[in-house]
Amino acid sequence: MGRKEIGLLGLIVVIAAVTSVLNPQFLSSVNLMNMANLIGLFGIFAIGQGLVIITGGIDLSVGSIFALLGVIFLDLVVNHEVAWPIAVLVVLFGGLLLGWLHGLLVTRAGLQPFVVTLCGLLIYRGAARYYTGDSTISLGYADNVDALIWLAAGRSYGIPHSFIALVLVAIVVGVVLHRSVFGRYLFAVGRNEEATRYSGIRTGAVVTGAYVLGGLLAGLSTVLLVFYTSSVSPSSFGNFYELYAIAAAVLGGCSLRGGEGSVPGIVLGTVLLQILQNLVNILGIPSSLNFAVMGGVILVGALADRHLTRRRVAAPPARAAGAMAPAE
Amino acid sequence: MARLLELEGIGKSYPGVRALDDVSLHLDAGEVLGLVGENGAGKSTLMKVLGGVVRPDAGRIRLHGREFPALTVAEAGAQGIAFVHQELSVFDNLDVAANVLMGREPRWGGPLQLVDRKAARAIVAPLLQRLGADFGPDAPVADLSIAQRQLVEIARALSMNARIIILDEPTSSLTLAETDRLLAAVAALRAEGTGIIYITHRLGEIVACADRVTCLRDGRVVGHLARDQISHAAMTRLMIGRDLKSLYTPPAAPPRPGGLVVAGLVTSAFPDRAVDLTVRPGEILGLAGLVGAGRTSLARALFGVEPALAGTISLNGQPIRLRSPREAIEQGIYLVPEDRKRSGLVLDMSIACNVSLPDLANHARAGLVQGASEAQAAEAQRQALRIRAPEVGVQVATLSGGNQQKVVLGKWLAMRPRVILFDEPTRGVDVGAKGEIYALMRGLADGGVAVLMISSDMEEVIGVSDRVAVMHEGRIAGVLERAEVNEPNILHLATGQVPERTMAGSAGIAAAEAV
Repeated sequence: MGRKEIGLLGLIVVIAAVTSVLNPQFLSSVNLMNMANLIGLFGIFAIGQGLVIITGGIDLSVGSIFALLGVIFLDLVVNHEVAWPIAVLVVLFGGLLLGWLHGLLVTRAGLQPFVVTLCGLLIYRGAARYYTGDSTISLGYADNVDALIWLAAGRSYGIPHSFIALVLVAIVVGVVLHRSVFGRYLFAVGRNEEATRYSGIRTGAVVTGAYVLGGLLAGLSTVLLVFYTSSVSPSSFGNFYELYAIAAAVLGGCSLRGGEGSVPGIVLGTVLLQILQNLVNILGIPSSLNFAVMGGVILVGALADRHLTRRRVAAPPARAAGAMAPAE
Repeated sequence: MARLLELEGIGKSYPGVRALDDVSLHLDAGEVLGLVGENGAGKSTLMKVLGGVVRPDAGRIRLHGREFPALTVAEAGAQGIAFVHQELSVFDNLDVAANVLMGREPRWGGPLQLVDRKAARAIVAPLLQRLGADFGPDAPVADLSIAQRQLVEIARALSMNARIIILDEPTSSLTLAETDRLLAAVAALRAEGTGIIYITHRLGEIVACADRVTCLRDGRVVGHLARDQISHAAMTRLMIGRDLKSLYTPPAAPPRPGGLVVAGLVTSAFPDRAVDLTVRPGEILGLAGLVGAGRTSLARALFGVEPALAGTISLNGQPIRLRSPREAIEQGIYLVPEDRKRSGLVLDMSIACNVSLPDLANHARAGLVQGASEAQAAEAQRQALRIRAPEVGVQVATLSGGNQQKVVLGKWLAMRPRVILFDEPTRGVDVGAKGEIYALMRGLADGGVAVLMISSDMEEVIGVSDRVAVMHEGRIAGVLERAEVNEPNILHLATGQVPERTMAGSAGIAAAEAV
């Protein structure tokens, strides 16, 4: 783990310690498992967001993708009684397809990621609402999905499956990002697209790959989120979730300029966000302040990071000059 | 002549290094002082002292007779010191007048503080005239060439009533004709009584324009040269403390047949001109010409960045297609680009990551990077190229220009080059490292690689090339054999004239047909 991750971990420990002193309920297993569940749900698509941010892009469409894929999924399972494995595959493939589309629009058509995914945010939300006539679809008593309910929303040894899913996703994506050739290319593209292209790398394919992976993880998240809420209201399902994901990625050390970030960092960013949410509840802070607390902490974190980076950068030049000058 | 500036015993230390040690120099009105020295000799630090960016630990600065222990940025400006940097700092989204008057715009409209565009034009137009600029105050900077942008910066210095103008590597991006124009502008400024400090690695320009030369080495002044003592040899001896041998090393063996053969190649820059060119294994072909003559477009076509519109390219007799850098690299055609920071390196990554980038698949098993194999390959390049860094985990951004260029080379040498295209290989590289890079190029050629070197540096073109192809307005104006390579011949071809005595153009075409 790098400096940023350790700093973040320290911050989490401090906040958790203070909160548990103020209200010991914070450490109750019910509360912890509840948080673990939310961390799992949000962490998976935050990792997808992080991949896109590392390429220097951004994905604003995530929340609307949840709504669109969510209504499609429930429609298939509830109204058309499609076998759930097929419905899950449709959703995963749908996420992948939308990610691919975003990637092509960014790399082939040369549009800015912000614009592409902003249009996605609007289009998918509208499509979801039109698809259901703006009415909520609920899981109801669909009886052919018990196994999936257990898989998506159940627990093993008391641990929510969403959290286990996050751990698995984090390990796989972590290895891909930090150890694989593709991961190296992602960082290189995010840092310097031109030099990467001049090294013979298909930068378009690399960037598109990040969007595809992000879309796939959004599809997976859709299934988990649907079973968390048991119903999908197309006008509100997943609203603002892209912003949670961006916040988690940025807290976790991703730079919006690209080329920087890590999977452990993004996971820790998600953990911190969820602790903050939980803290607002458990300490009796008016829940209307929820966003304000989150925004405040992110701002302070960004300022602290900037300050530390500047101090680190300010110190070495003399040392570097000492090391390099005789070599010249 | 009035004394403008006098530095006395300036010293500056950083922990572990003495950047400036007892440096004294002076500048009079109406003279050009050439300041030379290798990278790291202390030129930049000295100029930062003059600009008020760095505070000296010792010494005195006397400006127009007033004494300062140290300058602030504001004082430097107020005392009429202006900089024209090697990295241009113009705003290319604004017009010329806005750039020249940035921060000092004439205003009207009272509290609204609107920019008085008419007054701005009236201020800027005469400045441009003095510099002999061929563009007006309304021209968008985005449309200007690098040379023209440089004039914009000088106009900015003039608009601040600068008495002392410091030109830091002003010609590193300019061609001969543009350099001549800049030198003419410098001469005009000198005639008006401006004092100029001219910093460059191109010693020919110092010979052409300087009244005196001061040379720095390791933070100390190692010598002054008066007008009649200024010569390449004298400056080089001072800079490196020894005589530099003649640049040219002949190839170990005559060039072999084959190599890269280009016929009827058309690039988007000149859709109605075709290029024919041959680079043989074992030779260094210099590609000279003015900026905008189509040399970089040709290199970009050969590396697949901007695929050619028409024509054929063959490598060792096999016709090939180059539609992307990837395809070029697969053929063993590599580019060492002009702007290494933008196109050659990922600056925030380590030497190892940069060296392995084009060949990463060969350092991976099951898609996962094998760090040991990668580090080993990079370490081999670090030693072979003598990259001055303690180890290959060092960030490339911390290296000097010459060492960064070696990292770019290391990327390609770790693979199997057949053709290497060098675009301005020693821009921003100091004299010592230049020699090493030339030796590497020669080594590559002797190893059977076809080397094409684009360069705007006349000494480099003449000193390194086995043959020189000269481009003019999108086509090859002629190819000079080694015996014919000299400055007048290259200049004639570059400006669209026929070289004296020889039909060099037909020689080049004959070579192309012989393959």
